[in-house]
Amino acid sequence: MTTLIDDLQRALPRDRVRVGAAELSLYRRDASNFTGSTSVVCFPTSTGEVQAIVLACVTHSASYVARGSGTGLAGGATPLDGAVVISLTKMNQIISVDAQARQAWVEPGLLNLDLSKAVAHLGLHFAPDPSSQQSCTIGGNVANNSGGPHCLADGVTAAHVLALEVVLPEGDIVTIGGEDPEPDGLDLRGAFVGSEGMFGIATKVCVRLSQNAPAVRTMLLDFTSVEDGAATVSAIIADGMVPAALEMMDALCTRAVEEYIHAGLPTDAAAILLVEVDGLLHGLEDQVTRIIAIGKAHGARTVRVAQDEAERALLWKGRKTAFGAIARIKPNYYLHDTVVPRRKLPEVLNHVYEIAARHDLLVMNVFHAGDGNLHPLLVFDKREPGVMERVHAAGEEIVRVSIEAGGVLSGEHGIGLEKRDFMPLMFGPHDLAAQAAMRAAFDPTGLANPTKVLPSPAACGDVHHIPEGAWI
Amino acid sequence: MDLSEFAAEVGGTNDGAVTIAGASSRGGGVRGCRAVSAPAGLDWIQADEMIVSCGARTLVADLDAALADVNQCVALPNSGTVGGALAVGRSDIRRLGYGPVRDVLLQARYVSAAGDIVKAGGPTVKNVSGFDLCRLLVGSRGTLGFIGDVILRTRPLAAVSQWYRTEAEPFLTFAQLYRPVSVLWDGAFTWVLLEGHASDVREQSELASLSEVAGPPALPTAARWSMPPSQLRTLSGTSGFVAEIGVGIVHHSDVAAVRSQDPAVLALHDRLKAQFDPTRRLNPGIDLFDV
Repeated sequence: MTTLIDDLQRALPRDRVRVGAAELSLYRRDASNFTGSTSVVCFPTSTGEVQAIVLACVTHSASYVARGSGTGLAGGATPLDGAVVISLTKMNQIISVDAQARQAWVEPGLLNLDLSKAVAHLGLHFAPDPSSQQSCTIGGNVANNSGGPHCLADGVTAAHVLALEVVLPEGDIVTIGGEDPEPDGLDLRGAFVGSEGMFGIATKVCVRLSQNAPAVRTMLLDFTSVEDGAATVSAIIADGMVPAALEMMDALCTRAVEEYIHAGLPTDAAAILLVEVDGLLHGLEDQVTRIIAIGKAHGARTVRVAQDEAERALLWKGRKTAFGAIARIKPNYYLHDTVVPRRKLPEVLNHVYEIAARHDLLVMNVFHAGDGNLHPLLVFDKREPGVMERVHAAGEEIVRVSIEAGGVLSGEHGIGLEKRDFMPLMFGPHDLAAQAAMRAAFDPTGLANPTKVLPSPAACGDVHHIPEGAWI
Repeated sequence: MDLSEFAAEVGGTNDGAVTIAGASSRGGGVRGCRAVSAPAGLDWIQADEMIVSCGARTLVADLDAALADVNQCVALPNSGTVGGALAVGRSDIRRLGYGPVRDVLLQARYVSAAGDIVKAGGPTVKNVSGFDLCRLLVGSRGTLGFIGDVILRTRPLAAVSQWYRTEAEPFLTFAQLYRPVSVLWDGAFTWVLLEGHASDVREQSELASLSEVAGPPALPTAARWSMPPSQLRTLSGTSGFVAEIGVGIVHHSDVAAVRSQDPAVLALHDRLKAQFDPTRRLNPGIDLFDV
């Protein structure tokens, strides 16, 4: 009887099946606060090699976790109990680009931003733009159904993936979805996107590319209250506009960012709103005029319209480097991700401030206001005794108030391990059973990234905590 | 919306075969089978959230009429019921600009084969909480569950909406325009639907030398082909079709070629059906590969 490692080393060159302490330590976690364990890390370079790894795992009843850059924040790519890690980062090629049909086939390890850079000369881009777009992979975007600031108008990853080549958990290689608009049968493509590695491993991705906008206007509005900023967001949408992006930062976050990048942000504001509209010129100018009027009617003190590309880039740099800026205040942060109805933003934000204060924690908010997608950032120093307990307690309360406000558990980070046991807050036993049925149909082996997303049956109807020791 | 009565009508695993019927604009339910209907009616519109909730038997036309009061609409084909549009999952000729039907559905509550009310998705546009069961329901033609009520994403009504026609090459016209809502081609003429600010629409139409017309061409209804948009050029020199450029739907007077199916994909369909409807009582006889 051969061992799993023997079979893996037979399937792949030995230098791409790694069992050294350094690799095992490096790949036992993603960008979340969870640490697991792995027994072997594989680096396939082809669909055939991925299939061989999956078949070896099936033979040995070994669970496995596929991963890209490991930028996920919910623990979806954290291996548990020695699971095999399948790193797809060496499968990072653009296979083909059809500029006329605005489609491209890419490998899953391709970095998100590299795709947009590669097709920029064609006047095209890949619309999903997570904050981690310089380092996250397209395969990871597929697994998490990733979003980003510009998904307000253009939709999240599921709207930009047309077809997938997938190694199913029993080892079959299939293509789901298609370059054509109406493939026969169920929308397996749609079901697969966002399945967090539990329905199989995507080895090729056919993405939709979007036309670059002919013109863009970026505005910064500042407010003396969070309520006024949030009311402006709702009023813009109610007025029939869907800006390309509508992002908000609260006072503490704005000050941290300004000290970091010196973009001239108003540090005495309670909230700032970054609004970007794009499209054809006349519609654009009309929207800028309406947005400024709506902002002023809701108490905006100043409106700054970026005068050139350099100023626009600076304003966006403030938004996208917020997390770096925060490191200057405290060494650690825990980033949350919930969605609430836009009209509930002020109410939920007030709850978030109250929760953080009660747990003696600093909280900053930088978020996709247009989507109601909150990202409360709890900032702390983990060396402080007892702080992690307070961070987790506050986090759970934030999730609960979001759900109670009519929101959902996650807007773009996914469920993974982090929110697995919160699923009963949003779904009843029948709802969860239906999701488990999807998983059972895609993965009868139960070996593809097990124990993620779905709470164990015992947890249905109640909320349990992740077992102690799972946290760092 | 209370779905308990609807769930009771659908019944459970021991209640035999059952089909669902709406306005019968897409062929109706399975003949010879006990038929049920989902609730109808608008539940609420939240204009500032750009979402609407309604019963699945609500007519799309009624929904759009109600949404017009707040200058919004849903990107569903304007015929029959909401539930029918979702269950069949076929977009209309505005798909290029409005996106596919599957992107409209945010939350569905359906009655399962066991007679349980099951919720899929959530009420917000952005939501990655668990597996995307909504995507699986759209286009499943009532074989996995019967949709009872839904929350849909709405979109703003355009300030101006105008059809145009040109004799120019359709692929060139498509490449010249910024986000047209529809580009149709019948082998001789190209029709374009532009929406947005009046001045932008006018400038785009001048850029591509388009002439105003009252509306789109009549669509052949015998068959609906689905082709990669890059292959639509192969239709050159033929007739009897209207192709959606940039999308790949071809409304054709000839039947579509039968496509071969991967056995592993068929097996996955069988496993899904077995999980969701083990006794195959929901819409029996519907074959998702025979459309």
